[in-house]
Amino acid sequence: MKKRLTLLSIVVFVCALALSFAGCTPAAPEKKALEPGSNGTIILATTTSTQDSGLLDYILPAFESETGIKANVVAVGTGQAIAMGTTGDADVLLVHARAQEDAFMAAGSGTERFDVMYNDFVVLGPVADPAQVKVNAPKDATAAFTAIAAVPSTFVSRDDKSGTNTKELDIWKAANITPAGDWYIKTGSGMGATLTVTNEKLGYTLADRATYANMKATMSNLEIVCEGDPMLLNPYGVITVNPAINAKINASGAKAFADWIVSPATQELIASYKINGDQVFTPSATQK
Amino acid sequence: MDYILNGFAEAFRLLISFDPEIIQIVLLSLYVSFSSTIYATIIGVPFGILLGITNFRGKPIVSRFLYTFMSFPPVVIGLFTALFLARSGPFGQLGLMYTPSAMIIAQTILVTPVIMGIIFNQSTTRGYEIVLTGKTLGAGKLNTLFLLIFELKGSIMIALVTGFGRAISEVGAVMIVGGNIRGVTRVMTTFIAMNNNMGQYSTAIAMGIILMTISFITNSILYKYIIGDINEYRN
Repeated sequence: MKKRLTLLSIVVFVCALALSFAGCTPAAPEKKALEPGSNGTIILATTTSTQDSGLLDYILPAFESETGIKANVVAVGTGQAIAMGTTGDADVLLVHARAQEDAFMAAGSGTERFDVMYNDFVVLGPVADPAQVKVNAPKDATAAFTAIAAVPSTFVSRDDKSGTNTKELDIWKAANITPAGDWYIKTGSGMGATLTVTNEKLGYTLADRATYANMKATMSNLEIVCEGDPMLLNPYGVITVNPAINAKINASGAKAFADWIVSPATQELIASYKINGDQVFTPSATQK
Repeated sequence: MDYILNGFAEAFRLLISFDPEIIQIVLLSLYVSFSSTIYATIIGVPFGILLGITNFRGKPIVSRFLYTFMSFPPVVIGLFTALFLARSGPFGQLGLMYTPSAMIIAQTILVTPVIMGIIFNQSTTRGYEIVLTGKTLGAGKLNTLFLLIFELKGSIMIALVTGFGRAISEVGAVMIVGGNIRGVTRVMTTFIAMNNNMGQYSTAIAMGIILMTISFITNSILYKYIIGDINEYRN
């Protein structure tokens, strides 16, 4: 009985320890001007590729210390991020699908929209390059896609209403091709998972440069076959959700975030973010 | 093959370094899963016992539903919980979405049928004798319940261990209602899923090893010191 009591108390102690730690967040090493959360929290809905690029982990501590607002980042596909804005489950959106953003604003779901930054997409393909994209279309995305469909070589699509997927469909449309067939694989997943599938299947895909740069080490079968086409530019927008949608929206916090991310200091911070020495995002906010 | 070996090397490095973020993730996972298992036990044990020892009309149908809910897909539970807790949902005013509390709620819903099903089964098969014994000793209704709980404590522990195992290892529900927010709702399983999606296999494997180790340690403690000799096969 005594043995059981001792060990029951150990279990309870561990639970209590867990309970007390659960409230803690990892301590940030820099000196903080304001305690994150002292001024409220916002839910920032963004895309998986934005989170996977690592940019937000790099810039958000500055936001939290300047404003004292805690930014809870929920990274989902663009489609879901926009849906979260429509139902008011997010306070501010950071997405990269201009057509869907414009539709969102036209429907009255957003208060303000600003350009923030852009990065670019690249077409990735197997080193062997069966569709000869590197030779025939290294700077022309539409021609590259046409060449891939002509073989037809395996092409892996995210098929998840993401910004990347939207751009991919735009290129297919520009090439006047409706991709269908065994060669066109739809993963319905995020960029990282899709790249993994592409790597395994030695196929082609469209990826944002940041995610590829982060994952390059594990993507030994792939390389960039087409880049630099103006059509491959990937602009990001920040949208504050219309507080009329429901009562829980933190409109002031959302506005603080939007104003902060287009401010010159933050724009410089975004430009300074490097993956393996390369700048990934180009700031593009126009001064008000 | 090398990323499997890298995974073990990375796991060792993570454990040695006591990275505060990893520790926070592990402790949050334990907090969420322990809490939901405890709540599920508090709800599941009395109801399981009562349902087991009562003969009511529709008992076969209820037991079939109960056993079905034991293996309900966690991701579907997460989805339905999210529909209720979202700002646009009926409980939106509580602001629970994307918090550890939402994760505990979802996991409690997930684990309660597991515990209830095991206890229900045990109390149906063994409850009659225990109730009779209680009657001969002059036990009232409440004391009979305590007697049942005491006699069935082995099964209760097994149910707890099973329920906890289900809670700590599921990813669908906590991903949907928690949102895998860094420092707030990121737990071991969502961390693994995220790192796998990002192609960071070594980190994912490392956390997977930590998860299995934690699970093993927790179950060992419960098993050895609380269940005790119930597992001894008598010859």
